Amino acid sequence: MDEIDITLTVNGTAHILSVSPRTTLADALRQGLGLTGTHVGCEHGVCGACTVIVDGAAMRSCLMLAAQAERHAITTVEGLGRPEALGPLQAAFRKHHALQCGFCTPGFLTTLHALLTEEPDADAERIREVVSGNLCRCTGYVAIIEAALEARAAYGHQEAEAC
Amino acid sequence: MLTGITFPTDAATPVTGTPVERLEDARLLTGTGCFVDDLTRPDLLHAVVLRSSMAHGRIVAIDASAALELDGVVAVFTAADVASDGAVPLIPIRLAPFPESQAFRQPVIAVDTVRYVGEPVALVVATSRAIAEDALELIELDIDALEAVASTDAALAAEGDGVLFPGTGSNLVLRYTAQMGDADTAFANAPYVRTERFSTQRHSAVPMETRGLLAEWDAEHGHLFLSGAAKVPYFNRRALAEALGLGMDEIDLLEQDVGGGFGVRGEYYPEDFLVCFAARRLGRPVKWIEDRREHFMATNHSREIACELSIACARDGTILALAGRLDADMGAYIRTNGGVVPAKAGQFLPGPYRIRDIHVDVSIVVTNKTPVGTYRGPGRFEANFFRERLIDMAAADLGLDPNVMRAHNLITAADMPWDAGKLVPYEAETSFDTGDYPVTLTRCLEEIGWEKNKHLQGTVIDGLYHGIGVACFVESGGAGPRENARITLETDGTLTVAVGSSSVGQGIETAHAQIAADALGLPLGKVRVLHGSTTLLHEGFGTYHSRAVIMGGSAILDAATNLKEHLVAAAAKRLGLPNTRLVVENGGVGSGDRFISLAELATDGPFSANGTFANTTRTYSYGAHACHVAVNPQTGAVKILDFVAVEDVGRAINPLIVHGQAIGAIVQGLGGVFLDHLVYDSEGQLLNASLADYLLPTATDFPNVRAVTLELHPSPTNPLGAKGAGEGGIVAVAGATANAVAAALAPLGVTITDLPLTPPRLWQLISDARAAAEPEH
Ligand code: FES
Ligand code: FES
Repeated sequence: MDEIDITLTVNGTAHILSVSPRTTLADALRQGLGLTGTHVGCEHGVCGACTVIVDGAAMRSCLMLAAQAERHAITTVEGLGRPEALGPLQAAFRKHHALQCGFCTPGFLTTLHALLTEEPDADAERIREVVSGNLCRCTGYVAIIEAALEARAAYGHQEAEAC
Repeated sequence: MLTGITFPTDAATPVTGTPVERLEDARLLTGTGCFVDDLTRPDLLHAVVLRSSMAHGRIVAIDASAALELDGVVAVFTAADVASDGAVPLIPIRLAPFPESQAFRQPVIAVDTVRYVGEPVALVVATSRAIAEDALELIELDIDALEAVASTDAALAAEGDGVLFPGTGSNLVLRYTAQMGDADTAFANAPYVRTERFSTQRHSAVPMETRGLLAEWDAEHGHLFLSGAAKVPYFNRRALAEALGLGMDEIDLLEQDVGGGFGVRGEYYPEDFLVCFAARRLGRPVKWIEDRREHFMATNHSREIACELSIACARDGTILALAGRLDADMGAYIRTNGGVVPAKAGQFLPGPYRIRDIHVDVSIVVTNKTPVGTYRGPGRFEANFFRERLIDMAAADLGLDPNVMRAHNLITAADMPWDAGKLVPYEAETSFDTGDYPVTLTRCLEEIGWEKNKHLQGTVIDGLYHGIGVACFVESGGAGPRENARITLETDGTLTVAVGSSSVGQGIETAHAQIAADALGLPLGKVRVLHGSTTLLHEGFGTYHSRAVIMGGSAILDAATNLKEHLVAAAAKRLGLPNTRLVVENGGVGSGDRFISLAELATDGPFSANGTFANTTRTYSYGAHACHVAVNPQTGAVKILDFVAVEDVGRAINPLIVHGQAIGAIVQGLGGVFLDHLVYDSEGQLLNASLADYLLPTATDFPNVRAVTLELHPSPTNPLGAKGAGEGGIVAVAGATANAVAAALAPLGVTITDLPLTPPRLWQLISDARAAAEPEH
């Protein structure tokens, strides 16, 4: 199959790469750009491990062709912080032990980052509902919800005034 | 330069037993970890596996000519290619090696006969995974169907073509009896006896990362490297070396980050051989990443056991004897885990109770389904469900509070060590080490509010039936025979710990670093833990049976002791003092006001020492689970209002990690009760091989789960006092939850004996019970 050239803007940097037209965004990120933080757990849109943020919205990169992502701004887990400078969600995940094997984690972080950016006041129920599209086999989700609730402050959440 | 005591900069406060944040997290949170599919190599080839779509059949022809013509396809290997190096190797049995099982081992690639849907028939290797997948479609595979047996009943009734291994004459691998005391007499004399049939459904671990391997053959040095190892790399090295005709020093298994294990990942599977075979044949690196669909049909299944269980009691609820028959559906082959799943179900049938007269018959049967292996709490989850249901039934018959009956029968501190007999044919006698089992039950009942809530049993609130269920458990850990470790004080003053345990994402890097840091009195940040890869140590035993902390951690302690001797000797030279006067403490070595910090001493290094911990006695953690449910009689849907697990783990190295293990295990267990189910039709076709069809717990399913970790009775079997902590959270989930649902629906006349408790199934039970209750016209 003939390759096509596309431009992907990932974590603020534009990259030009040649891919076969059937390449998914997940494969282009992982293999084309070496951004292996985006994980692939099912390849058919169910597990959420491959979630990335496209123009602010959480999207399954296994269901999107790389070519479809041209001219859109993509954020991956690598764009949310660095090992020596964790972002607020990442730090809260570590503090609350919201990850064990860490395979699902990038998908939860991107999903939650998109949610809290839009809705910093999301409550536990809303958070649970939104991440119910992401599977985790290790944590039982309890600590993930706790971490997300704590991280809201960094996204502008105001604690309700005690009366 | 000698330093004169007081405040050594490296001195650290102890971290063992404290909830420190995990060392592995920074990389895993930022996408900078390295899982096997993150590896790439120049000249890399990609493999995909052609699998049988038929449950039982004879291979008539495999025509790969069209596939080989496709651009980018490098090779297609079948059993004929593998056989050209000698006989097609069989997967060896690692655990529970009943001699009868040997005839049922799996060839690494199907030879003439396929016995389950998903069995490897050919390996396609191409320059990209997409091309290899395209080529798969072009292979013409001609299989003549044979009678498929998809249940133990069908398997045991089968003759002729329905016998999977004609040479064996039967699909019954073996039947054995395990006993203690004299159950027959106890039953004959008992004032109360009840017998019930139970079953647990086939399901499995389904880790989020599927399996994956990358094999590289270094032709110049005749050395094979296999990345993607987990769980038991050293055993797999031995198996691969034998199968490939290589020396043990000519092959290494390398561990990366691992996306969940839970028992299924890291065993020696057919693909481990095939990928290595292809890499050596082709002289190029070959990667195989399991896709989710093949994961469901290729990676070990578990949990499918039917049980007939009898209990004999005195009128006061004293359990006099237990007798059970277990029929285990093992799938098509006996793989590395041998008969361990049914054998452990048999062993743990009596559980944490003072029962002296026990009789267990175990049948191990092959069927045309995916082979079975261990999944977190193997055999225990099943046995706990069978027994704890029966205890609730017996208590109801006898007019007793089921939890008073439990407390009355639980093993107490005064009974310890408890002789648990020899209920596993291939193991020695065992005894429960320490504990006071009623204490965890009492705590659990307090947590769930049993006394104040038990009036809710079977009552209807807002249209929902309420029920509370409890189950008690005992769980073994710390399998021997040994584990090894090496600690090195590097010249920069940091510690490198190499250990034979493996990580499967459970946090052992942190737990092991905590142990090493405290042993040498250094801060956690100075410790680096390397694990799992066969390049590190001459021998290792890996991670299973909740052994990584107990065995690996104790080996690290031993290495630390040995390292201290080296450090004392080196410090003695520097300080001009005799060895006998020096001790390692506070991040240095010294005596009185003469002191040298480890950082300083390290510049003479590196210093390194090995350690070993050998132990064949088991640890036994124990506890109780309780669950409060509300059941909708219109839909059969169950809401978990509260779930609490209480476990005494002896000693928690990192309470944060132990708590996370418990919560994760509870939710996995609730999946096993309500959702997870590998469904086969009568032809042996797997009907739900996708995450869209095979349901797993999501964040909205079970929000109300809690865990209480106690450290009451350390184990005397190891210097840490630790017991297993990763599996107790799952063992009693089905027992407690099913008891809760049964209690809720008791007024309707519903009895719960089979898992899973899916809404349609519960709805059916409710309708049947209502229909039966209607007066006949
Ligand atoms: S890999 Fe995309 S949703 Fe699972
Ligand atoms: S942390 Fe392992 S799957 Fe979520």
